[in-house]
Parts: sequence; structure tokens; C-alpha cells
Amino acid sequence: LQHCTPPPTTGTPKQESGPRMIFYSFFKTLVGKEIAVELKNDVVLTGTLHSVDQYLNVKLLNVKVVNAQTYPQLCSLQNCFVRGSVVRYIQIPPEHVDTELLQDAARKENAASTKK
Amino acid sequence: ISLHVLFQELITVVTCDGRIIVGTLVGHDQVQNLILNDAHERVYSDDEDVEKEPLGLYMIRGDNVVLIGEASEWKDDVRCDPLPPIQQQIS
Repeated sequence: LQHCTPPPTTGTPKQESGPRMIFYSFFKTLVGKEIAVELKNDVVLTGTLHSVDQYLNVKLLNVKVVNAQTYPQLCSLQNCFVRGSVVRYIQIPPEHVDTELLQDAARKENAASTKK
Repeated sequence: ISLHVLFQELITVVTCDGRIIVGTLVGHDQVQNLILNDAHERVYSDDEDVEKEPLGLYMIRGDNVVLIGEASEWKDDVRCDPLPPIQQQIS
């Protein structure tokens, strides 16, 4: 069996500012913080945010399953990658969020997009 | 986020239909399409121990991936209901 090597990263530049990057930028400020992620299959995970990407895929370290009695299958998980498309909620400790800054950024983004 | 750190590692994949698949990651791409070697599905039920269904060389389309984690110790005597599927939004 020949081992498959992953393809080299494509040359397409990543869009880092502009529409829909507010939350990506916001989550980048939360790297290293403890968050809770509720998935659409009702599993709730808590862990330290290791990384996030433009699709809001999330990598968590030191994962704990909050509803471990209902879902004991996942208890041996330590670090995991969660696909952004399956996340229902992300719970963040309020002391790590500057809500005014976030509101301002969202307002500016909204104004910019309605002008177009 | 790169899955390349998990290359050649034994990983656990949860899929949208609530299945749990364990295998060695040998291939992946930017949309989380995965190729697993020596894969098996861990079937959980309330009335029986964990059933392991061998799958061999397996490919999972990225659309169906919920989570990917490192596999560690597995207890085969866990009895519980299977994971719920991801509820698809009806638009």
C-alpha cells in the first residue's frame, strides 16, 4: 500500500479581512482560552481553544465531554478537531470578550456591506 | 488548521450519521476528506458490548465529518445508546 501524502497547500491567498472574517478574527483572540462547544448532535465539549480557521473549524485541547453520562463513547478523547459546519453554539467566558469592540466591528461591517 | 499532525496516527472520527470510526490516517485534504487504513466501526448499544466492525481501507467524505480526535484507550464494555445524527436543517 502506497501511503498518500497530503497535497501541497494551494496558492490561493487567504482572505483575512472583509466580510465574514469578524468572527474568525474574534476567535483568534480566544486561542488559549477555555470554551464550550455544543455540536448539532447535542454533544457538548469543553476544552482549550488551540486553533481556529476561516471556516470556524476548531481544534480543542484537553477535551472533556460535558454530557459524559449520555455519551460515554467519547470520554477517551483528549484533543480533537471539530468541523465548523457541525457546531451549534460556542460558549465563551464573558471576561474574555470585549462586547463593545465586537459590536462596533459588526456595525462597521454591516454599514460597509449595505453601501455596496 | 492542518490535520497533518495526525498523519499516520490512530484517529477517531465521528460522522454525521452518529457513527464512530477508528483507523490510521493516511490521507486528507483541506475539506476533511479522509482516508483511513485498517479502519473499524465501533457500534454501541444498550444491551450488548461494543461491536467492532472491520472496514479495511476506508474513505470518508469531508461533508460527513463531525469530529476527529486521537484514539486512546477504548473500553469495550461500555453500554449506551448510539450518538445522535446531525439534524439536517430543512430550508
